[in-house]
Amino acid sequence: MPCLLLKDGSLVKTVKFDKPSYVGDAVNAIKIFNEKEVDELLLIDISKKEIPFDVIRKITRECFMPLCYGGNVKTIENMRTLFQLGIEKIVVNDLLFDDINLVKEAIKLFGSQSIVASVDIKKNVWGVRKVYRHSNKKILNLTPIEYVRQLESLGVGEILLYSVDRDGTWEGMDIDLIKEVTNKTHLPVISCGGVGKLKDIEDGILNGSSGVAIGSMCVYSKKDMGVLIKFPKKNDINKIIENYENL
Amino acid sequence: MIGIVDYGMGNVGSVESMINHLGYHKTKIIKKKSDLDLVDKLILPGVGTFDNGMINLKKYDLLDELNKQVLENKKPVLGICLGMQLLMEKSEEGELPGLGWVKGECKKFIFGNKKLKVPHMGWNEVNPIKNELCDKSSRFYFVHSYYVKCEEEKNIMLKTNYGMEFVSGVSKDNIFGVQFHPEKSHKYGMDLMKKFIEC
Repeated sequence: MPCLLLKDGSLVKTVKFDKPSYVGDAVNAIKIFNEKEVDELLLIDISKKEIPFDVIRKITRECFMPLCYGGNVKTIENMRTLFQLGIEKIVVNDLLFDDINLVKEAIKLFGSQSIVASVDIKKNVWGVRKVYRHSNKKILNLTPIEYVRQLESLGVGEILLYSVDRDGTWEGMDIDLIKEVTNKTHLPVISCGGVGKLKDIEDGILNGSSGVAIGSMCVYSKKDMGVLIKFPKKNDINKIIENYENL
Repeated sequence: MIGIVDYGMGNVGSVESMINHLGYHKTKIIKKKSDLDLVDKLILPGVGTFDNGMINLKKYDLLDELNKQVLENKKPVLGICLGMQLLMEKSEEGELPGLGWVKGECKKFIFGNKKLKVPHMGWNEVNPIKNELCDKSSRFYFVHSYYVKCEEEKNIMLKTNYGMEFVSGVSKDNIFGVQFHPEKSHKYGMDLMKKFIEC
């Protein structure tokens, strides 16, 4: 699935959660993805401001595929508005640290399947993978699996597992991380970060991800090249899924 | 005119935009009971839990009028996701009775098998049992932890396999329900929605 980043109403792409560059208009991109029969779309706002409801409203009107939104969601009312606009699932991240009771309430109100927990992972100075909080740029003393277990008992429906170190690098996914997490949780895991070619998506799926989100590869023609909204061909993706089913 | 019931439980915008996208522009978002009289067809969408859905239908004072329009005036209605589950008599998810328009209940998916995850989330194949809103095997997007179990075989419209065969669509006279999200299932969803508009 494409993972699109919004900043101040426009589409951007980051490298390692930093240096957002402008890649275009979100609504236009969605229209292109509609034609590609994309299975699901992930939309994350990184503006650190209010939720851009107007932009989201325009996007959902054009979007005939499942849409998952994250960014600055702070209240039940925020969530209710997003669902009413046509968002399928809401990604929470900071809220999991700031107000866990609110997440619990949201799960009770909207159902576990509607709440996705975003888990950002970064290696610390010793090269050990730990949970990372981008809002205060701190690496926590918490391993990916410890955190995912907590989220499991909290009752979230899905994990968005984001490798910060691989974000925007085109270097392939962090397979060790994916294996470590997917082997030990029953929750569906969407892996993200590092996809640069079709084979990377396949690696993510074969190693336990329920889905793979791609960022750079669907907004740039190639690494360090111009903007091009695209998505792998349906047939190529079907082949990957067949390979997985034949395992 | 097609009415889309907005009872504070979900994806009203995308349902309306898909209908509009199909070239049918007479839609109305319904928030109060007097609006139910103005439309000839109804869509009952919904994301959330069973009891909250029923509580909100009561809170918005839509329950009696919905019963009247659907059961007496026989207006065609399409329940989507939670909207389909609410058509049933009850659910393991909650304690409140459902609309009870279709006999049966909603049960939670329970799998011992570790490979299958709950909620059932994602695209899956849907097979027609009755050729009503969908006449060939199609792919639709699902997000749900509970499934419908019909008491009467004749109300089963569509079936899907997820660890077990379950009912992914019900129909009874003017009443239709689909467990998946047609408004999020691009071309397959548009086909189904078109058939409902034209039925």
